[in-house]
Amino acid sequence: MTSPDTRRPFPTHILVFFIPAAAVYTVFMVYPLLDSVRLSFFAESGNSEAFAGLRNYATLLANPLWAPRFWGALRNNFLFFAVHMLVQNPVALLLAALLAAGGRARAVYRTLIFMPTVLSVVIIGFIWQLILNPLWGIAEGMLKAVRLGFLFQPWLGQQSTALATLSLISVWQFVGIPMILFYTALIGIPEELSEAARVDGATGWDIFWRVKFPLLLPTVGVVTILTFVGNFNAFDLIFTIKGGLAGPEFASDIMGTLFYRTFFGFQLQLGNPTMGATVATAMFLIILSGVLLYMFLWQRRVTTYEF
Amino acid sequence: MRHKPYLGLFLAIALALAACGGGAATTAAPQPTEAPVALTIESWRNDDLTIWQDTIIPAFEKHYPNIHVVFAPTAPADYNAALNTKLTGGTAGDLITCRPFDASLALFNQGHLATLNDLPGLDNFGDVAKSAWITDDGQSVFCVPMASVIHGFFYNADAFEKLGLKEPATLDEFYAVLEAIKKDGTYSPLGMGTADQWEAATMGFQNIGPNYWKGEEGRQALIKGTGKFTDAPYVATFAELAKWKPYMPAGFEAVKYPDAQSLFTLGKAAIYPTGSWEISLFNSQAAFKMGVFPPPVGKAGDTCYISDHTDIALGMNTKTQHPEEARKFLEWMTTAEFAELYSNALPGFFTLANHKITLKDPIANEFLSWRGTCQSTIRNSYQILSRGEPNLENELWRLSAGVINGTITPEQAGQEAQAGLEKWYKPTP
Repeated sequence: MTSPDTRRPFPTHILVFFIPAAAVYTVFMVYPLLDSVRLSFFAESGNSEAFAGLRNYATLLANPLWAPRFWGALRNNFLFFAVHMLVQNPVALLLAALLAAGGRARAVYRTLIFMPTVLSVVIIGFIWQLILNPLWGIAEGMLKAVRLGFLFQPWLGQQSTALATLSLISVWQFVGIPMILFYTALIGIPEELSEAARVDGATGWDIFWRVKFPLLLPTVGVVTILTFVGNFNAFDLIFTIKGGLAGPEFASDIMGTLFYRTFFGFQLQLGNPTMGATVATAMFLIILSGVLLYMFLWQRRVTTYEF
Repeated sequence: MRHKPYLGLFLAIALALAACGGGAATTAAPQPTEAPVALTIESWRNDDLTIWQDTIIPAFEKHYPNIHVVFAPTAPADYNAALNTKLTGGTAGDLITCRPFDASLALFNQGHLATLNDLPGLDNFGDVAKSAWITDDGQSVFCVPMASVIHGFFYNADAFEKLGLKEPATLDEFYAVLEAIKKDGTYSPLGMGTADQWEAATMGFQNIGPNYWKGEEGRQALIKGTGKFTDAPYVATFAELAKWKPYMPAGFEAVKYPDAQSLFTLGKAAIYPTGSWEISLFNSQAAFKMGVFPPPVGKAGDTCYISDHTDIALGMNTKTQHPEEARKFLEWMTTAEFAELYSNALPGFFTLANHKITLKDPIANEFLSWRGTCQSTIRNSYQILSRGEPNLENELWRLSAGVINGTITPEQAGQEAQAGLEKWYKPTP
């Protein structure tokens, strides 16, 4: 360092905290990720791998065999994300606002709503398949009890409804996470702000949307990006319920199931590690661009207030 | 895949218990002279865990007290992926349960499965039996054939008696029976769903199809390129499947395989299209009398064809620490003792060895008798034709399910199957 008189010495103790985490992260996350990107530029020939440049990507995006699967999975994944954004997060905000408003059973509801999040996805899949089962599920009986039995359909099995149903199951499972985030942010807003607004004649509706919601915007951003990353990495629920072929007619196929089928193979179809790595890299790039958009377009413009 | 650790834990506990129990019981047995060697069997047959542990492995260990065998199955849908990963990582067991045809051939070509040409006892198997686990040039056998499964239809004999119905032999009789059951309303005529997709293809398409494409003749024609999925027999098979829809339970699109099994064993479905592998489960779960009939033929007197599918074999991991012991196990598997033990312990899995064996289960005997009256074939998508992409087997799952759901027409299904196959398969005439 050239100007030791004005700067403090390099804080070496930071390295003690930094290196272990960085080393573990590099070995178990960064290296495999980069190696997977490397693998996506190779193609199998015989028992070895040969450099193939961008050919795998061309295959994935344009080959008449692969492209419909890739674009179909991507489209379904965006729909999956849209359902989460339009249902999960608004509902989570509503629940958080209700919880933050007080009430005696608040702790009970908070725990109940959060509970599915910590259950194994295998259990979630199993429970919902039983509930919605056309043979012995309770969904049909419940609808019949309110004279809406005609509305019942085998939602998980129909091409038109399978993806939406799976998305809603996922929403049911994960709604607790954004709810807790919103809730924590809401109870962190000082009461003085609402009081001042009330004195100025604002209604409860005004107070929520004009005073509290702007202060929640950083949380909205965090929730959005968490939902985005979570949805584009999703796999387990769909695999548990619909299997690797994500049927019917690939109607519930998302990037995660496409990756699994490609990389590990399915039934008589053998796994293709290089194409699998290509799909994985595509997923990585999609998620990366989403995160970058968030960082540059959202995070920089939103002001975070500390009270 | 989160449930795997639990499965592992469960197995570990089960094994620990088995080891404790065994330890107490075998104190009187002669002490083995060498240190005991443990062999692990990789398998997808998790339903058979108790049979291997209680019947087959003890019989083997009686002959070879210094070899301890552990049966370590994975869930069927995860097996291929899990096995490939384990083999690549070098953590797979000593003995590998072989899927038929290409999945195992690929493992052999990658050097994961050992050649078994010089294994004594392999001559107990005929060419058809070995055909699923042999190189294309017929030079190397790499798995010892264990069993085949035969497709057919189970029916609730009590229900048939109550409604005054008898086993249908022809298609007209088949639909008359279905219509009568539907009219009565007590039972779902056909206990089947399409949610898992494979039931539609395996228990539907491959079950009734051989009668249309004349078994081996049609199957070989597809491989030679002289037959196409757009030909009449295949479109007719799909059309036949489409006709099943009105007889299936309400909401069948979301009915999964275990749901359909339960529907039948609870006595709520009268006919259940499937294969002989269900026998043990149904024997233990169904409280009524069951019967089976082969896929109905077009008109009385037509030759019947059955899918007698070479399904399961056992090979040796080339990286095993105990090749000699593993070979001893494989050699024992070629004996009549194993054939009889296995076929009776697992009624519905029929040995592929030439030994004369007697079966105690009447339904298994009924299935086996069709080998005498009908022509046997195997599933047409298994040999050679599922080597490329799109994978023919997976396509048939998707298309058969779509045809039954009514979202794809039979003609369209034939065209899509053929178009998919032609994308990569060039027959060598």
